[in-house]
Amino acid sequence: MMENNAEYVTIYVMGKKHEVPGDLTIMKAMEYAGHQFTRGAGCRGGFCGACATIYRKKGSYKLEGALACQKIVEDGMYIAQIPFSPAEKTTYSLDELRPDANTMLEYYPELSRCLACNTCTKACPQDIMVMDYVQASLRGDVTQAAKLSFDCLNCGLCAVRCPAEIVPYNVGTLARRLYAKYIDGPSQHVLDRVKEVEEGKYDEEVTKLMKVSKEELSKLYNSREIDLR
Amino acid sequence: MSDYVSGYPEYMQASLRNVEATRAGRVGKKFTPMTAEERQRVLEEYHPDWKMDQKRKLRVGPSKGELMPHEVADILEAHCKIKPDQIDLSKIDYDVDVLIIGAGGAGLSAALLATENGIAPEDILIVQKLRLGDANSKMSQGGIQAADHPNDSPTIHYLDIIGGGHYYNKPELVEAMVKDGPDVIKWHEELGVLYDKLEDGTMQLASGGGTSRRRMHSCKDYTGLEITRVLVDEVINKEIGYVEFTSAVEFIMDDKGQVAGAVLYDMDSDEYKVARAKSTILATGGFGRLHIQNYETTNHYGATGDGIVMAYRAGANLIHLDSTQFHPTGSAYPEQIVGQLCTEKLRGRGAQPVNADGELFVYPLETRDVEASALIRECYGRDRGITTPTGMKGVWLDTPLIDIINGEGTIEREFAAMYRNYNKFGIDIRKEPMLVFPTLHYQNGGVEINVKCETSVPGLYAAGEICGGVHGKNRLMGNSQLDLYVFGRRAGKAAAERAKTAKTGKLNLDHLDRYEKWLKEGGVETERKSPMLLPEYRGEKTLEHQLKLL
Repeated sequence: MMENNAEYVTIYVMGKKHEVPGDLTIMKAMEYAGHQFTRGAGCRGGFCGACATIYRKKGSYKLEGALACQKIVEDGMYIAQIPFSPAEKTTYSLDELRPDANTMLEYYPELSRCLACNTCTKACPQDIMVMDYVQASLRGDVTQAAKLSFDCLNCGLCAVRCPAEIVPYNVGTLARRLYAKYIDGPSQHVLDRVKEVEEGKYDEEVTKLMKVSKEELSKLYNSREIDLR
Repeated sequence: MSDYVSGYPEYMQASLRNVEATRAGRVGKKFTPMTAEERQRVLEEYHPDWKMDQKRKLRVGPSKGELMPHEVADILEAHCKIKPDQIDLSKIDYDVDVLIIGAGGAGLSAALLATENGIAPEDILIVQKLRLGDANSKMSQGGIQAADHPNDSPTIHYLDIIGGGHYYNKPELVEAMVKDGPDVIKWHEELGVLYDKLEDGTMQLASGGGTSRRRMHSCKDYTGLEITRVLVDEVINKEIGYVEFTSAVEFIMDDKGQVAGAVLYDMDSDEYKVARAKSTILATGGFGRLHIQNYETTNHYGATGDGIVMAYRAGANLIHLDSTQFHPTGSAYPEQIVGQLCTEKLRGRGAQPVNADGELFVYPLETRDVEASALIRECYGRDRGITTPTGMKGVWLDTPLIDIINGEGTIEREFAAMYRNYNKFGIDIRKEPMLVFPTLHYQNGGVEINVKCETSVPGLYAAGEICGGVHGKNRLMGNSQLDLYVFGRRAGKAAAERAKTAKTGKLNLDHLDRYEKWLKEGGVETERKSPMLLPEYRGEKTLEHQLKLL
């Protein structure tokens, strides 16, 4: 499928050596080398976090994390995927919670074990300030935790690296849901419109459109007012 | 600016300078939208749907004679992967009230509504080929439409949808969409979905191609991600049953002619399993990974059109499969992300499509089919595109305009995903445009449903991208997100109601024998088997040398 004039590099997929074109992503390089994914691949576009991958380059002490679909291979990369991270997700009924300082700690008491070592932040392939939102959660600052964690894909790399065994991405989810529901709150114009629809305010207009001929409909469509204020 | 090294090769620099030179003059420039006649002409001359040699008439089953892309006809004109005598239907692995196939936005919503309507969580089973929530729903960037602003109304939304769909839409499905829309947003807010708001607490609304009002609600450019992860969290909170890395491969019927579950395939152990259910909801999404006409796609790894195959074999009606959506702006460079989505919200916030000479050549917010056709015309009809190192063509999507128009910081704030993903490949979209070309995006047609999401087969419901009729022959931005929750919720409710009284009879797979007969009658001679389940991307050399030991 792909024309490729790139220079070849050597990668090691779970220890096995492969020569692959140097401009491929880790995901495409693994496929080039013969892997067919069932686990460890999802959206293939940096939106789902299914392809969490760790790697170490030859001669380096550093263990790095990436999304396989978003990272180009480098010569001497030792690669392993982490398609699943065992993680505790507490269950709760959001309707019964409050965005109080205590809620986060009550559901994720291990937050208090945070060493502030920043390993989670370094592990994040989205460059999120993970430790900062863990610390915000610990302080009960739901707003800050929600905003800082927003770009999280739940890939799990922070959770597998955390020496305090916190699962930051689940903490972030709780913070965001609390913030959205109780602090950011519903928009009044949405509630108003729902009520109008329930009261049948638009029934007649819509029914009329459903009944007109295609010609009439097309006339109405092409002459409709466009108001993008 | 001075330290920034262009992310594009040397030979594109002259064209980039053209874009820069015209940028200031293009700020706020009004480009006249096409007339109805001009739109029709560009569609007929350049839209992939109008290439008749890329389609054929189906030779099998009740929709025999319907025109559809070769790639879709290929999966329908194919043998069943399993034979009835291979499956022991007396051994039931999962026995549930409601079986939901697919765990994107529609499937997850259906599960939540089924519990709300009286089905115990353990009597629901969601089966999912990848992980819970890994679906096209999650990849949606730009937003979700709903007519909840005071200057908007469900009536105006109706007109936008049906005109955008070229009047092929089923009116009652459009009515359901526009009237349920505001309630979907309300539901999301109750569940804790974090929408973008203005200072005064009202929704921040953007426009999209073919919308006559600003109606697009967003969660940065991670709209689908935010909604999906909330729904996944809630499904787990409710302790609804689910099994991942398990595909449905065929429906199971009973002696009353109802769908009564499905044969499942465990992707880890290669085992077949039997799921019996009183109601079954098909929410398997679309077919982007079939790469219609060899187009690259925005779709996720599992979007192989399995649901169409299963539903058709079970006797469900299919509609509008001749029509496919190509998103105007897929990535054309760099090679690593070719085909991936560059959200329409970029144009909604001011980015313009610009040719190699730096000229704006089309109104940026035509409907998707028209906009895509105009981009193809610019590249292949007028030869004013830019050729990439791999021989693909594209035009510029001038993103730096977004910050110029809306203020510095807008891109980083509202387009976190786009900004991040391009940065990873050395391109700063605040400073340089994106190179784009249309990409295969959405399955406009599919399984026919009514407003209760019932298909033509008793016991079988469908919701989401797998369905046809909602969007006619062209979908507007943000209406697929809405579709997922409108019809996912309706399917969950209706399936729950049915499950309370329905009784399943004796299970059988006779429809697979019937299908093999149809294939023979249609003169189909092929080795192909379907559903596909996953696409094949392994290197050609590897496959040539592979021994089939099993």
